[in-house]
Amino acid sequence: MWAMIVKEFRQLRRDRRTLAMMIVMPVVLLIVFGYAASFDVTTIPTVAVGPQASQAAHLLGKPFDVVDVQPSQDRAWAEEQLRDGHAAVAVVTGNGQSEVLIDGSQIFIAKAAIASLSAIAAKAVASGAATGGQAAAAAPKVTVLYNPDLTTSDIMIPGLAGVVLVFVGTIITSLGVVRERQSGTLEQLAVMPLKPRDVFLGKIVPYFAVATLDLAIVVGVGVTLFGVPFIGSVPVFALGALLFLFVTLGIGILISSVSENQGQAIQLAFMVTLPQVLLSGLIFPLSSIAIGVRWISYLLPLTYFNEISRGVMLRAEPLTSLWQPFLFLALLGAIVFTLASLRFRSYLAPAAPRGGAGSPHSAPSPATSAAGAPAPGTAR
Amino acid sequence: MTTPSAGRRDWWGTDDVSVRFGSTLALDHVWFRAEPGQVSAVVGGDGAGRTTLLRCLAGALAPTSGQVRRPGPLATGYLSAGSGTYPDLSVAENLAFRAAAYRVPPETARQRTAELLARTGLDKVTGRLAGQLSGGMRQKLGVIAAMVHSPDLLVLDEPTTGVDPVSRADLWLLITRAAADGAAVVIATSYLDEAERARHVLVLDAGSELASGTADQIVAAMQGTLTVTSTRPAGEAGRRAWRREGRWRVWNPDSAPSAGDGGTVRPDLQDAVTVAALARELARSGAEGESR
Repeated sequence: MWAMIVKEFRQLRRDRRTLAMMIVMPVVLLIVFGYAASFDVTTIPTVAVGPQASQAAHLLGKPFDVVDVQPSQDRAWAEEQLRDGHAAVAVVTGNGQSEVLIDGSQIFIAKAAIASLSAIAAKAVASGAATGGQAAAAAPKVTVLYNPDLTTSDIMIPGLAGVVLVFVGTIITSLGVVRERQSGTLEQLAVMPLKPRDVFLGKIVPYFAVATLDLAIVVGVGVTLFGVPFIGSVPVFALGALLFLFVTLGIGILISSVSENQGQAIQLAFMVTLPQVLLSGLIFPLSSIAIGVRWISYLLPLTYFNEISRGVMLRAEPLTSLWQPFLFLALLGAIVFTLASLRFRSYLAPAAPRGGAGSPHSAPSPATSAAGAPAPGTAR
Repeated sequence: MTTPSAGRRDWWGTDDVSVRFGSTLALDHVWFRAEPGQVSAVVGGDGAGRTTLLRCLAGALAPTSGQVRRPGPLATGYLSAGSGTYPDLSVAENLAFRAAAYRVPPETARQRTAELLARTGLDKVTGRLAGQLSGGMRQKLGVIAAMVHSPDLLVLDEPTTGVDPVSRADLWLLITRAAADGAAVVIATSYLDEAERARHVLVLDAGSELASGTADQIVAAMQGTLTVTSTRPAGEAGRRAWRREGRWRVWNPDSAPSAGDGGTVRPDLQDAVTVAALARELARSGAEGESR
């Protein structure tokens, strides 16, 4: 047994990445996720509209954070603010009873808002009883929009669609290139008359097709089995999913091209996937995540896909108000794809021995590969 | 030298190629020619530079200096060390992928694949996954996959290593047939009996040329004589002796009278290569001795 233990330690010492994963990662993960793991809602972005908007805004204490007061605007404008994600709560004042609109697609914020409103109302009733009992009539009507029953599955399934895509896109794709390396076929690919672009796209397209099918199934099951509403535009959702898929597949290929074997690829893919599940706003509201960790959320593609999928499916958010997540996804996609294709290109170019005078990219042209001048007339 | 067939180059190969990996000189000014219609063999011990040379020829590795002459990727066939086939694809699927990647027209591919499969006996296992084939069968698949597009230059890295004698014979039939069809075939091998069948042999040792030419030329170029003894000679002659087929062969560089009880033998390629390596080793240790 001792021999076995020694052998295992020796192997572990050689695989530095695994060793680093085992020692550093638990600490990093605990710190990051410890700060992220919070359902506590401390601020609720709120708008107030109608003639008594200012008074209403004044009445709202913490956790409501009044971001906009528009006495000249009406309920429709307030609803738009909720739909487009500018606010989670809107107070609509008018001649009669006031109304509070709550965005039910942000489930924890909505629940916190309802709880806070009840507390305010209770306080008002108590003080109203003391002063003559007018306040009870002034208690606002609460309307939860987009997810009126505050059903968890309604907000989880659009996000889970993204998680499924992350799994297929990143983890499974990351095994693709490294498998070629391990089976010894990468060198064959490198000398074949295939352009790196063809190999790259040839690698991605099958996973892309499978992931698209997966997405359709997840959304279909969500809508039919769990009754998740899909009230927005399918093309906008599809466009978001397409962009998101490009990013996740690109990450998969990138991981694959920096890994020596499938074990390393899986480790890296896991390191990229886990933060996406925990930090993207899928489980914990983004606003509840500590600022020191929240910036990571904004580097993760799933964060933007969540915004798009929830926005489109539950709130029918139009493309015009979703331009930010679309833009960030496109930016991430461009960066990841450029890196992945550069890595891939150098992967497939004839290896240049290090320390020599040879040009690493001189060889794939037909006929002659040379460190010196090419021989004349060697082309067929 | 044979005249090249029309439309093909007179030779492919390397001109003064060196390859350096960090501080290791893997190939040291190597000149090598592979002519159409012929089989050329690159032989040498472990770490001699055979695979490096073949990778340069196939276009998988750019030389540090010197020049590689080879046809374009479409006209080059390459079997890398290992079979280079996908273990999770069937025999037929592996060949179909290779044919498509090399843009072989479907009808031609069908005929060519059927012919190669029949010639290797793999036609009975076309549906079997490459990973489930025996070692010999997988090597055969690797070789026919490399030649499915009828390349002008066929580069095969140790196609027969680890293969049983019957499969080796089959593979050699394939290889010589490819050469007869006009391809310039280059094989790396550690079997000198195989190298003897090649038209041209390059012997590498520690990255540089030890000997080259036809097997006969290499044997003829051997200096000195060989004697056979039943026991290892004592003293300095022992350093020039090696065991072969149960007896000791002793190299006498200056054709001095035999240092043993046996008679003089006619050297073959294996003897000539061993002697060349021995001569280099003795010269090196002699030089080191002098410099001390």
